[in-house]
Amino acid sequence: MEALLEPVSQFFGPAWPVVWTLAKIVAIIAPLMLGVAYLTLAERKVIGYMQVRIGPNRVGPKGLLQPIADGMKLLFKEIIVPSGASKGLFILGPILAIAPSLAAWSVVPFNEGMVLANVNAGLLLLLAITSMEVYGVIIAGWASNSKYPFLGSMRAAAQMVSYEVAMGFALICVLLISSSLNLSDIVHSQGQGRFHEMGLSFLSWNWLPLLPMFIVFLISGIAETNRAPFDVVEGESEVVAGHMVEYSGMAFALFFLAEYANMFLVSVMTAVLFMGGWLSPIGAIPDGFHWLALKTAFFLFVFLWVRATFPRFRYDHIMRLGWKVFIPITLVWVIVVAVWMMSPLSIWK
Amino acid sequence: MDFKTLVFYILSAIMVFAALRVITSRNPVHAALFLVLSFVTAGGIWLLLAAEFLAIVLVMVYVGAVMVLFLFVVMMLDINLDRLREGFWSYLPVGALIGILLVVEMALVLGGRYFGLEAMPEPPAVQAGYSNTRELGRLLYTDYVYPFELASLLLLVAMVVAVSLTLRKRKGLRQVNPSDQVAVKRGDRVELVSMPAEKE
Repeated sequence: MEALLEPVSQFFGPAWPVVWTLAKIVAIIAPLMLGVAYLTLAERKVIGYMQVRIGPNRVGPKGLLQPIADGMKLLFKEIIVPSGASKGLFILGPILAIAPSLAAWSVVPFNEGMVLANVNAGLLLLLAITSMEVYGVIIAGWASNSKYPFLGSMRAAAQMVSYEVAMGFALICVLLISSSLNLSDIVHSQGQGRFHEMGLSFLSWNWLPLLPMFIVFLISGIAETNRAPFDVVEGESEVVAGHMVEYSGMAFALFFLAEYANMFLVSVMTAVLFMGGWLSPIGAIPDGFHWLALKTAFFLFVFLWVRATFPRFRYDHIMRLGWKVFIPITLVWVIVVAVWMMSPLSIWK
Repeated sequence: MDFKTLVFYILSAIMVFAALRVITSRNPVHAALFLVLSFVTAGGIWLLLAAEFLAIVLVMVYVGAVMVLFLFVVMMLDINLDRLREGFWSYLPVGALIGILLVVEMALVLGGRYFGLEAMPEPPAVQAGYSNTRELGRLLYTDYVYPFELASLLLLVAMVVAVSLTLRKRKGLRQVNPSDQVAVKRGDRVELVSMPAEKE
């Protein structure tokens, strides 16, 4: 690999680090976008089968070209800017929605040493970037100058801020027991302990000692991405499609892509933080990127499964779950984990 | 001029522009969004100073939470700009005085070498592998633990006061109790009765 890259790096000279980083970014974003496109198909197929339907099966063999057709359709549609809209912000909304969900992938470790930016404060950086996701929705809702989008964006602001707190506390538990903010180190810290030596690595991952936090994180993740059953932001029966009402064509598609990219991000984060990232579940099988992909795929399936199973939460119930159930649970569990670590019963020595 | 200096100047230019627009833009929502932009660029400048914890927390707390709630309120209000601009000339002297004070303070800091500040030793250069987050955590929980706990107690008091100020019980409010709703069994709502079939 090094020898192959040598002539290329000499050709670019001092610009080489920039070019190389850009190449890595493309290598992350391009498969991600393809995955996002096919996640939409997977969602329609999975929900179709769960409702005893077939799902899309017309475009291409077994409907496999459906996402491409959808993408082309949206690409050729006109973007209509409402006359009363705040034009600059109306365009900025979808861009701000998708940018953080792509930027957050810079710190995700895919394999041993396979990470774009191996920063020390990776977990904090991730929290900071994902906390900016809400701006796309709020700006879009306000800039549309229309009632349903505005209601949707108000709901988004309240919901995403509330669940971020619970998510943050769950992450504090993770960083307590791995005593590092670096995501690669967090994965490494899960590959040790008594069960790991017995060959049953999957029992030494964070999900078992932090089971309540694992569940809280997953549910908060679903709420953060505004997916069903927490999708009151776009709730079709109440506010039509929330912040997306006035958007058409590619501007709408960006919101759509952002939502699915966020699902990917939450799934991969759950896999990295609680399910041992790229580590293999049994000691005898080698680790590798395919394990991370498998775990991510499982959590993505959970997203679709939950959507097909539960009815939409009422708005006050969402707020109650976030503030009165999750935050007290996580707060208590942070203290429990801290005391557990300091006690002689600690399993993280 | 190396790359770091270039980034610094770009970030500073954006930040000064955004800060100016915060006070000059006519639309309060635009002003709040420019404030967000200036926070983000300030975070970038702090990153250049290797203060990654402060930079990330600035973005997380101010951009991710405070400004979202701020925008929430500003968007809901119907602000009349003409009313806001009414007292401009009467407030100008006080505002100008504070502005001049700020400029003088900044000049004192920036022109420190003319006031004998060079006697202060320069901070040692940052070594590789230095973690700003770890250092901050160590200092906060060892040397400065009492001030830190005091500050957190103050925040707790403020939080409790804010909650108690808004906590009002209204009479005659028909509110549902979610825990009762969740705890409902089928037997509470449905009664199965067995009746003999009636003949016509």
